[in-house]
Amino acid sequence: MLSRQTRQTYTTLLDAACLQSGDAPVVTFVATDAEPIQWTRRDFAGRVRHAAGQLAQFGIQPRDLVIIAHTQHLESMVLFWAALYLGAIPSMFPTLTEKLDPDIYARNLSELVRLSEVKAVFAASEYADFLRGMLACSVYSDSDLLAAPSVDVQPYQAQPEDVAFLQHSSGTTGLQKGVALSHGAVLNQLASYSDAIQLNDRDVIVSWLPLYHDMGLIAGFLLPLVQGVPLVLMSPFDWVRHPALLLKAFAEHRGTLCWLPNFAYNHLANRVRERDSLGLDLSNIRAIINCSEPVRDDSHQRLVERFADNSLRPDMLAVSYAMAENTFAVTQTVPGHQPTIDRVDLAALQQQKRAIPVEAGVPQVSCGRVIAGSQVRVVDDDMQPLSERHVGHIQVRSDCMLTAYYKRPDLQPFSVDGWYQTGDRGYLAEGELYVIGRTKDLIINAGKNVYPQDVEAVINEIEGVHAGRAVAFGVPDEREGTELIAVVAEVDSDDAAEHKRIKREVRSQVGRATDVTISYVTLVERGWLIKTSSGKIARAANRDKWLSQQTVRSEG
Amino acid sequence: MDESTVRQQLRDFILEDLIRDPDYDLEDDEGIVSSGLIDSFSLAQIGVFAEETFGVYIPDPDLTVAKMDTLDLMVARILRDKK
Repeated sequence: MLSRQTRQTYTTLLDAACLQSGDAPVVTFVATDAEPIQWTRRDFAGRVRHAAGQLAQFGIQPRDLVIIAHTQHLESMVLFWAALYLGAIPSMFPTLTEKLDPDIYARNLSELVRLSEVKAVFAASEYADFLRGMLACSVYSDSDLLAAPSVDVQPYQAQPEDVAFLQHSSGTTGLQKGVALSHGAVLNQLASYSDAIQLNDRDVIVSWLPLYHDMGLIAGFLLPLVQGVPLVLMSPFDWVRHPALLLKAFAEHRGTLCWLPNFAYNHLANRVRERDSLGLDLSNIRAIINCSEPVRDDSHQRLVERFADNSLRPDMLAVSYAMAENTFAVTQTVPGHQPTIDRVDLAALQQQKRAIPVEAGVPQVSCGRVIAGSQVRVVDDDMQPLSERHVGHIQVRSDCMLTAYYKRPDLQPFSVDGWYQTGDRGYLAEGELYVIGRTKDLIINAGKNVYPQDVEAVINEIEGVHAGRAVAFGVPDEREGTELIAVVAEVDSDDAAEHKRIKREVRSQVGRATDVTISYVTLVERGWLIKTSSGKIARAANRDKWLSQQTVRSEG
Repeated sequence: MDESTVRQQLRDFILEDLIRDPDYDLEDDEGIVSSGLIDSFSLAQIGVFAEETFGVYIPDPDLTVAKMDTLDLMVARILRDKK
């Protein structure tokens, strides 16, 4: 297996176990309403070579960018590896769904095609014809692939520093920054991270995470396929509606590892019905790793309490701090050991930016120590390093960093001395990292990055809302274990029916444009929103104002 | 428990717990999930609510957007199995 020790024996991702021969399982796809499908290495590698030959026939060349905008299924996994095999650059992208406005989806994808010079898009058959008419590149569907002939192709002889694939964050804003990762960087990450989680040949990874998200793509897809650790995969659409599916997969396939955003702990604890979890054995689990949104101690406790009868224990819970720009993980707690809880004085944390331990303090969950090959430092506003227990900006430097933002020479990800500014705030204590907030105006809703400006842009177009007078922000929610999205918009009318219409439009149009659900819509009179001295809407200040009024209302 | 009681309890739950706006003017045949009004996690929540409140267990294959997208569909599904 790939580890820091064996790292030199791997040159590119094409040295992956999934491309070798033999009967070892690569992936088992499970679903609520269908029998599991299992592919061995022989099945998988054969399909990858066949699909690579089809891509070559389509005229796709090494270094061409291809977008895989599919439902989560086995075919999209094959396409990703086929592109790598051919030396093309794949990038996973969310599929169009019935919920989304097709024109807005196509406009976003079209912008990506133009900016990043995309050669081809692979999409579900039901949307391929529509997209073909909208995009300035080739579009291929599942049915095109079924019918297309293949030719024999040789695996591309990539150099370790060549870009292997791109990761995109969601939304209009995220699309403009394709994180380009080299073969060498990804292999470095997989080696260091495998060591950190003590990956071994008895592990089985279970995942529902979408492959267009860094956690799903790296931990829930590339890690098992490169390492030859069996993957049990399901569709995120299926899992959110039927959360017990994940637990059944653990029990039936002796799953040992899983990565979840924090909201998923609450979702499992609150929404798996008793009879659906009865008798499911979770005792094989080594680690359920909390990652990609702020970690809440109460979410961990809920999960352990709810599934104690299924043999879930607190020492099975782990935490990682990760980001696409570092390929994936920066830190990891030790599997088999409960993450450290640091109880600190809240006033000192907020006012003096110091993490002072006090017995009855607010619990901060450790993200663990930095993994091999990566470094973390915490700096003040002048970029001067801070000592332990001082809160500041988190910066990362590593051997698994992005090469660049793809075709965006204007965006420089690193400081002059090679540090990447994460946009997160936190502190170090006894060598472990604690993340306590963000400096950027990003909302993380159910593990998904939501840029408030994308939501505001939709609301500004709604009739009755003053253009430029809407604000979106995240509100932490204890029941859901994630940030819910609130919007406040200024309107002229005080007519109740008109308010109802605007609220309805806000919810439905934001949903169709961005695939996020708005939890709170508040309409206010002109002049309510606080502006900065330069005339911009101040998101944080308006969030505080909104929150204080909510408290008054619920107390009154 | 008659149809109007089931409908009222479901409506209250959807408005207060899922949409989080008691004043929202929900139509009986309005697509709740397909329109983005509530997220798809909420289907699982409706499954829990139906069991706790009405004693009706809706199996996973029936907890889909196609089968549970509107108040009308939900009410009908609950009444089908309610004694």
